[in-house]
Amino acid sequence: MRFRALRSGFKFQNVAGRSLRPGAGGVSAVGRNGDHLDSSLGAAKPSLSPSSSSSNYHTSRLSHNRGDCIRPIGVTRHVGAYTSRSIAAQAAEKQENDSASSKGGDIEVELLNPFKLHLLESGPPTHLHTNKDELMKMYRDMNVLRRMELKADQLFKTQQIRGFCHLYDGQEAIPAGMEAVLTYDDCVVTAYRDHGTFLGRGGTVFETFSELMGRKTGCSLGKGGSMHLFKKENNFYGGWGIVGTSGPLGTGLALALKYTKKPNVTVAIYGDGAANQGQLYEAQNMAALWNLPVIYLVENNHYGMGTAEWRASKQTTFFDRLHYIPGIKVDGMDAFSVKAAMQFAKDHCVAGKGPIVIECDTYRYHGHSMSDPGSTYRSRDEIQNFRQERDPIERVSKIIVKEGIASADDLKKLAKDIRREVEEEATKARDAPQPEEHELFSHIYRLDTGLVTYGCDRKKDVELA
Amino acid sequence: MRSISRALSSLQRCARDCSREQQESLSCVVRPFSSHAMTETKSSQGDDVPKKSMNLFSAVNQALNIALETDPRSYVFGEDVGFGGVFRCTTNLAETFGKHRIFNTPLCEQGIVGFAIGLAAMDNRAIAEIQFADYIYPAFDQIVNEAAKFRYRSGNQFNCGGLTIRAPYGAVGHGGHYHSQSPEAFFCHVPGIKVVIPRSPSQAKGLLLASIRDPNPVVFFEPKWLYRLSVEEVPEGDYMLPLSKAEVMREGTDITLVGWGAQLAVMEQACIDAGKEGISCELIDLRTLIPWDRETVVESVNKTGRLLVSHEAPVTGGFGAEISASIVERCFLRLEAPVARVCGYDTPFPLVFEPFYMPTKNKILDAIKAAVNY
Repeated sequence: MRFRALRSGFKFQNVAGRSLRPGAGGVSAVGRNGDHLDSSLGAAKPSLSPSSSSSNYHTSRLSHNRGDCIRPIGVTRHVGAYTSRSIAAQAAEKQENDSASSKGGDIEVELLNPFKLHLLESGPPTHLHTNKDELMKMYRDMNVLRRMELKADQLFKTQQIRGFCHLYDGQEAIPAGMEAVLTYDDCVVTAYRDHGTFLGRGGTVFETFSELMGRKTGCSLGKGGSMHLFKKENNFYGGWGIVGTSGPLGTGLALALKYTKKPNVTVAIYGDGAANQGQLYEAQNMAALWNLPVIYLVENNHYGMGTAEWRASKQTTFFDRLHYIPGIKVDGMDAFSVKAAMQFAKDHCVAGKGPIVIECDTYRYHGHSMSDPGSTYRSRDEIQNFRQERDPIERVSKIIVKEGIASADDLKKLAKDIRREVEEEATKARDAPQPEEHELFSHIYRLDTGLVTYGCDRKKDVELA
Repeated sequence: MRSISRALSSLQRCARDCSREQQESLSCVVRPFSSHAMTETKSSQGDDVPKKSMNLFSAVNQALNIALETDPRSYVFGEDVGFGGVFRCTTNLAETFGKHRIFNTPLCEQGIVGFAIGLAAMDNRAIAEIQFADYIYPAFDQIVNEAAKFRYRSGNQFNCGGLTIRAPYGAVGHGGHYHSQSPEAFFCHVPGIKVVIPRSPSQAKGLLLASIRDPNPVVFFEPKWLYRLSVEEVPEGDYMLPLSKAEVMREGTDITLVGWGAQLAVMEQACIDAGKEGISCELIDLRTLIPWDRETVVESVNKTGRLLVSHEAPVTGGFGAEISASIVERCFLRLEAPVARVCGYDTPFPLVFEPFYMPTKNKILDAIKAAVNY
C-alpha cells in the first residue's frame, strides 16, 4: 500500500518533468534556461569586505568562462602559482591535468536533462566538450567507487567493518562531475555519506578501507570510522555524523577562503533530510549577507533515511528555498551535468556574487546504512528503474562506446581489473595493524596534557602525558 | 452515625495517604480520567499481578500505549516514530491511536522540542522522541532555556509539565562517537527538569508512565543496549513507579555502589564477584538523577562507610562528581575511603577503543577492592 502511494504521489522524473526514458532524445526544443523565476539578482550587492579589486581580477582572468556561451570545457582547474604552500603538489596535479585535459575538447556531450534555475538569468550550457582522457578517467573513478562500496557492503556483512557504514553507490556522478571542476585548493565538507566525496578529493581505497576497519593506516588513524574521513592536504574537511553541520562549517570555510583572496570556493554538501535543519538557514543567511563563496550542494536522493522527501518537507525542491540565494537543479545521475553546473557555480562564486545552491537529483541504491535494507520504504521496481535508466556509470560508458574510444568488452575488462584491485586493497587494509592503545588518549587537546586517569590502587592518579 | 464515622475515617485515611504520596513523590498528576492509575500503583508490583515476559522496547511500547489510552490529549512524535521507530518502541501506536496523535517530524531536533514545549504549554502531554541522545544538542537550548524555566519565569501561570523527551542513550558496542553518548550530566545541571533513567523493562514501564504523568518536564533516557537484551517479567496493566526515589537492589555492609541504566548490570556482576571474595556490596539504582534521592544514598553510606559511583559518561563533570561531593558533605566523618568513580575516560566516545574506554566489571572490582583495603 505504501509503495502504491509512493508511485502515485511522486513520480521520478528528470528535472524537466519528463518521464524516465533512456536516451530521451535531444533537448534542443527546451531552452537552456528551463524554467526560472524572474531574476532579480542583477548586479551583486556591494560586499562588506574590500574584495572589489580581486573580483575584477577574477572576472578579467576568467572572462572566457561567462555562463552564457557554449565554450569548450576541458579540465579547467584554476591552478594558481600564487599559492605558495603547495607548489609541488600543484605542479604534480597540473601535469596530471594537462595529460587528462583537453587540448581542445573534441567530443561533444549533450546533456539530456536541462537545468532548472532560480534567481538566475542564464544557466550552465547544455552541451559540453570533453575528451577521451576525461571520459576514461570518469569511468575509472566511478567504477572504483562503485566497487569499493560493494566491497564495503561485503566486509560489513562479514563483520570486518563495524559501527556504521553509509554507502554511496548510485551517487558516483556527483564527485566525478564536481572534482572535474574543483581544485584541491577548494574546500569540500560533507555529511556522513562521505566515501565517494573522499575518493573524489584524492583519498585512496586503501585509506578508506583501513579507516572503515579501524586500522592505523586509515586516513583518520582509525579513530574516526566510516563517517569521519578527512584529508587535510586536499582540503577535504570531512565526514560529519550530525546532520546539517556541514552548512555552518562550510560557510565558515568560505569566509576564510574569501579572506585569502584566492579564487577558491567551498562546497558544503548536505542531503534532503538535512535541508530542514535550522542551522542551514542560519548559515545560508550569513553566506548571502556577507557574499561568501560557498556552493551548497544538496545531494537529493529523495529519502532521508526512510522518509521520502515529500513526507518531511513542505517544499520538496531544495534549490529554490530562499529568495536571496540563486539555485540550479541538476540531474545528479549525469556526471557531465554536475560538472557543467559546478563550473557555473564556481564561476559565480569566484566572481564575487555570493553563495549558490546546486540541487543534484540523485539516488542511492543501498539503504540509508548497512542496517537498512532499503526496500521497506521504496519498491524494488523503483531501484531497478534507476539502475536501468539512470545509472551514472552506464551513461558514461555509453558515450565511450558510442564515440569509439573503447569497446564494451574493453570496458568490461577494465571493470574486472578494477574489481581485482579493490579486492587487493581490502586485503591489504585488513592486514594492517590496529591503532595502539595510547591513541585513545591522543589528539584530544593540542598538547595532550592534563588528562588524568586512575590506576586500580586508587591511591595515585596516573597522569598521561 | 456509624456511616458518618466510617466516612470520616475513610476521609482521614485518604488525607493521610494523599499527603504521604505528595511527600514521597509528585509522580501522580490528578486528571479525572486517569485517577484509576493511582489505585493501581501500590498493588501492581506484587506477585499476584499478571506479568508477561518482554524486553525493554516492548515495555516502553506498552507504557506509551497505556499513556495514550488514559489521556486522549497525549501525543507521540519524533523522527520515524510513525512506522515504529528505529528501536521499535512505537510499533503499532499509529495504527491504534491514529496518525493525528502519532506522527513523524522532519529532521529538526530543536524544532521538535520547541514544538513539544508549546504543545505541553496548552496542557497536552507531549512525548517527543529524539532518535539518539547524541542528537539532542540542537534541542539543548530549548530544554534548558525554555522548558526548565517556563514555570519559574511565568510565576506559575504557565508550565510545560506535560513534556516528556525520550532518547536512547549509552554504548551499544559499535556505536562510535555519535550513537553511544551519555549526555545525562548536561541535563542534571538544570533545575526545572527531571532526568530519569530506567535499568530494566519493568522499571522502564513504571518510570515512563510516571514521567509522562509528572507535572514537570522530564528527559527520559533509555539504555539502548538493553532494548533487546534485557528481558524481564513485566506486570501488565497500568502502574507507576515513584520518581526521585532510589531503589536498593542488593543489601550489603562493606561498600555502597551507585549507578543507573545499563551500567547496573555490569555493577551487579562486580558485586557478585566481590561477594566471592568476601566483600558485601550494597547496590543502589538511582533511577531519577535530578532531583536525586540523597537520603537513600546517605543512609546507605552511613551503614557501609564507602561509596563507588559508576557511569559510562566521561568522569570529569559526570554526575558521579555531584554524588561524590554531596556524600562527602554529609558523611565526611563516616567515610573510610575516598569516594571512587569508575567511569568513562575523558575522551570522545571512541569507536575502535570502546572496550578500553568502558567502565568494565574488572575496573569496578579493582576499585571496590582498593576502597575496602584503603
